[in-house]
This record gives sequence, C-alpha cells and structure tokens, in this order.
Amino acid sequence: MRREFLHCLLKLALAVAFLPVLARAEDARGLPQHLGDTGLYVAGGQIRPDVLPFSPQYPLWSDGAAKRRWIWLPPGSSIDASAPDAWQFPPGTKLWKEFAHGNVLETRYIERAADGAWRFGSYVWSADGKDAVLAPARGVRDLPAPNAPGARYTIPSEDDCRACHEGAPVPVLGFSVLQLSPDRDPLAPHAERVAGAVDLKSLNSRGLLRNLPVDLLARPPRIAASSPAERAALGYLHGNCGNCHNDEGPLAVLEMTLAQRVAAPASAPSANSVMRSIVGVQSQFRPTGAPRDAARIAPGHLGASVIAMRMNSRDPLQQMPPLGTSAVDAEAVALLARWIEGLATNSSSN
Amino acid sequence: MKSLKLFAFFALVLFASFVRAADPAPAAGDPVARGKYIVSTAGCHDCHTPWKMTPEGPRPDMSLALSGHPEKFDMGPVPQMQGGWIASIAATNTAYAGPWGVSFTANLTPDRETGIGKWTARTFIDTIRTGRHLGRGREVLPPMPIMVYRNFTDEDLTAIFTYLQTMPPVKNKVPEPRPPATAAVAAGS
Repeated sequence: MRREFLHCLLKLALAVAFLPVLARAEDARGLPQHLGDTGLYVAGGQIRPDVLPFSPQYPLWSDGAAKRRWIWLPPGSSIDASAPDAWQFPPGTKLWKEFAHGNVLETRYIERAADGAWRFGSYVWSADGKDAVLAPARGVRDLPAPNAPGARYTIPSEDDCRACHEGAPVPVLGFSVLQLSPDRDPLAPHAERVAGAVDLKSLNSRGLLRNLPVDLLARPPRIAASSPAERAALGYLHGNCGNCHNDEGPLAVLEMTLAQRVAAPASAPSANSVMRSIVGVQSQFRPTGAPRDAARIAPGHLGASVIAMRMNSRDPLQQMPPLGTSAVDAEAVALLARWIEGLATNSSSN
Repeated sequence: MKSLKLFAFFALVLFASFVRAADPAPAAGDPVARGKYIVSTAGCHDCHTPWKMTPEGPRPDMSLALSGHPEKFDMGPVPQMQGGWIASIAATNTAYAGPWGVSFTANLTPDRETGIGKWTARTFIDTIRTGRHLGRGREVLPPMPIMVYRNFTDEDLTAIFTYLQTMPPVKNKVPEPRPPATAAVAAGS
C-alpha cells in the first residue's frame, strides 16, 4: 500500500516537473514546431514539387532582405476568383515567405484551417541553416544578423502579423490579381523575376483559379496611372501600404485609400479614389518639421508630402510602414520624389 | 433573547450594507451601463479628462470629460530629469515626458474630426489588443496601461466603446507624440 502511494507520488512529481515541456510541445496556435513539418520540403531539403513559387510585381519592402515565396493548395482544390480583388482560398491553403540577409533567417507561414480561420506563425532558422523552429507568438526582437541593417533582425509577433494581414479584405497579401498580373511594371522597385513563378495565366491554365472574369485574362490588369513613374509609385503604395490603407478595412476611418481595385466600376475607377484621397488632401498627422498645411501628397513639394516624409523616417512615432522595417527604402523614396515633382509639372502645364 | 434579536438586526443591517457595497457590475446586456461602469472604475478619467485646480485641489474638469490633452495648453519646456527621476507629468495630467518622448492622452469623445467618432468597435478593440494606434500604427505610449487593458474581453471593450460614443463630443485636436530626440526642443518652441 505504502509502495503504491509512493509510486503515485513519484508520478505526480514527474508530471508536474514535465508540464512546462509538454505545454511547449503543443503550440496554442496549433502550428507545427518545426518548419520541416509544415509541408514545404521533401527529404533532402528540396522544395516539394507541388509547392508553387510566386513573385508579386510590387513586393513589400523588408529592409532589403532577399525573399522567396511559395503557395500550396490541397489537391483538387482551387481559388475562387469571382471577386477579383478578394480571392477566396480553400481550407488547407498554405503560404510561406523566406527572408535572408546573406544567410536565411526566417520563414513566415500562414495556413487556412478547416474551419476557415487563418493561422500565422514564423520559423527562426538555426545559424547552421539546418533547422527552423517556431518562434513564440510574441516574436523575437533583435536577433544577431551581421548582414541585416543595424546587424539586427526582428521576428514579428503574431499581433504584428495580423495587424497587416487582417487589414485587407483577404489576409493573403502579395498573391492577388494585380500582384500576379503578367503585365508587370518594369519600374517597380525591388521586383524579381523568379524562375517557374506562377502568374495569373499559369494559375488559370493549371486549373487553380475558377470564376476569374475572362477579360482579366484577355487584358491583364495593371495599376492605372497617367505616367510610368506614377504607375510605379502608385503600385508601390498599393503593394506596401494598401493592405492597411484601403476603404474596406479597419483603417477606412482615415478616408485614405492606397489600394487599387480592378473590380471598381468604370464610372468610378479605383485609381481616382486613390488620387482623390491623397493629392492635395491635408494630413491629420504632421511629422516633425512639416509645414502646418502639409498634405498627404503635395504636388511639387516633397518636403510637404507627409506620405513621402513618413516613408523617409524610421522614428518609431512617425515611420511608415509602422512595423516590419527599420531601414528606409531609399529607392522607393526617390521614386515618390520623381512622381511628386512630375505632379507639379502636370499641374503647371494644365 | 432581546440582545440576540438586536444582534441579528444589526447583523442584517451590516450584511445589507456589504451587499450594497458589493453591487454587481451592470450586466453585459446593457453595454452603455457596463461601459460607463468600466470607464468609471478603470481610471480612464484619471488621464483622459484634463484636471484643473480648484479650492479643494486638482480635480478632473468634467466639462471636458475624456477629451484628452487640451490642444492649446502651453506646458513650456520639458524639465530635465535628475537622479532617480524618470518622468514628468503636466498639470492637466494629460501629458507625460519620459524616455519615450512626450505622450499626450487621446480624445475619446465621439467628435468625428478630433475624437473617435469615426472609429468602429473593431478599431477600438484592435487598438487596445495590439497596443498600436488604430490597431496597426505606431505603438501606444506610456503611461497607457495597455498590458492590463488588453486583458479585457471583447464584450467589455465593445461596452466601453459603446459608452464612449454616447459622450458629448468635444472638438480638441490632441498633439502628435514627440520623439525623445526632439521632445525638449519641440516643447520649448
């Protein structure tokens, strides 16, 4: 009897001692602990053949990190493209984005669960590049990264993932009708041509898109603009800012949209909404050093254009985007400057 | 026996007073009452309603209830911290200077241009839950106790927002926060 009691006591002590370990093994989000268990690779570390690479024409600025992106759809499933600006992805969809500064540092992962909910996680690579482990939901600040700006690299928290991804009609960003259009913008900053990357046409021919309006295949969509520089500038803002700054999500209260929509009626083109909400519109936020009447975009006046000023700042209280970057995208700021100067030329010639 | 009855009577009165003191919070079924209860007990007025000096000492100016830092209040330059001191508080208890720069409490009234009149319950919940302005922008700064308030349920946060929308709107454009490097200069300018 006494022996049994001691046995029970020992079991209880062991259970209590190992409880934290058991708790860690099962992530609250239901995500695998290792990237290798998400389905990205086959044996030997090669990308699975049914996982498809893609490359958005207006990529998100990530402090100059080299990025690779993939999508996987469950066999026999497809994306419902009947709402061209809000594709519906089937349950089981998985997407990955890998970040490298010299060596690979992080792979972000989102998946759609059977109940339709989206899960967000991030995997941190070991220094030897052999394994990537799920980061805590609170993220990891300032990992040593000798080749990254400031020699530091931050893994975003789940809240930060959701802050960007849940500001748009669909939480999949960078994989949309405009981003995958075969009519790619030659002036888009940081765009990459990736071998084998899927686009609108190849997705359609593979049977992975259904209900896509046929005219979008006949005339692939592009950012509407009055000049090549404007197309690239508005495309950059669409890809980098429009996920939050649109007129459908939580930031619609700001009455500023930087997202273009191909489904907008011809009588009220989306590009007009963008221009009307920023050009010559007084900014509620006034950065340090800005004139009192600063506009979101002030034609001909870079120093009075709040969007460009905030893009050119990494003061945490002023910078745009407010998260996910600690280094200014100088190429994009230069592009905005050319466009804003061009707006002055157009204004004076009219 | 008489003393026992008297004791029972006083015990009953005492019990009733405890019951009164421990009135349950308004039920979630009435979000305005619930929101008012939380706003009144969670210290929102302490910082979001500007204080003024009265003969009885500093008191919140309820004519400006929850309208945040008064835009025209001139605080002068930020004092230099010395020794073990780390932060300064404006006389209105609506502006704070510290290692984070200078922060100003927000206008929580439903004024559409300067308050939260255009916000939705989701905007409010996202802000408190993430600790980011509008749920997506810059971080909400000290001394806002985000780490405490983020533990409210969605139901309670919706109740708070619903109650705030019933407040009289006050037009007051609260200044943007100032970063540490320029805080002293800007405050003096």
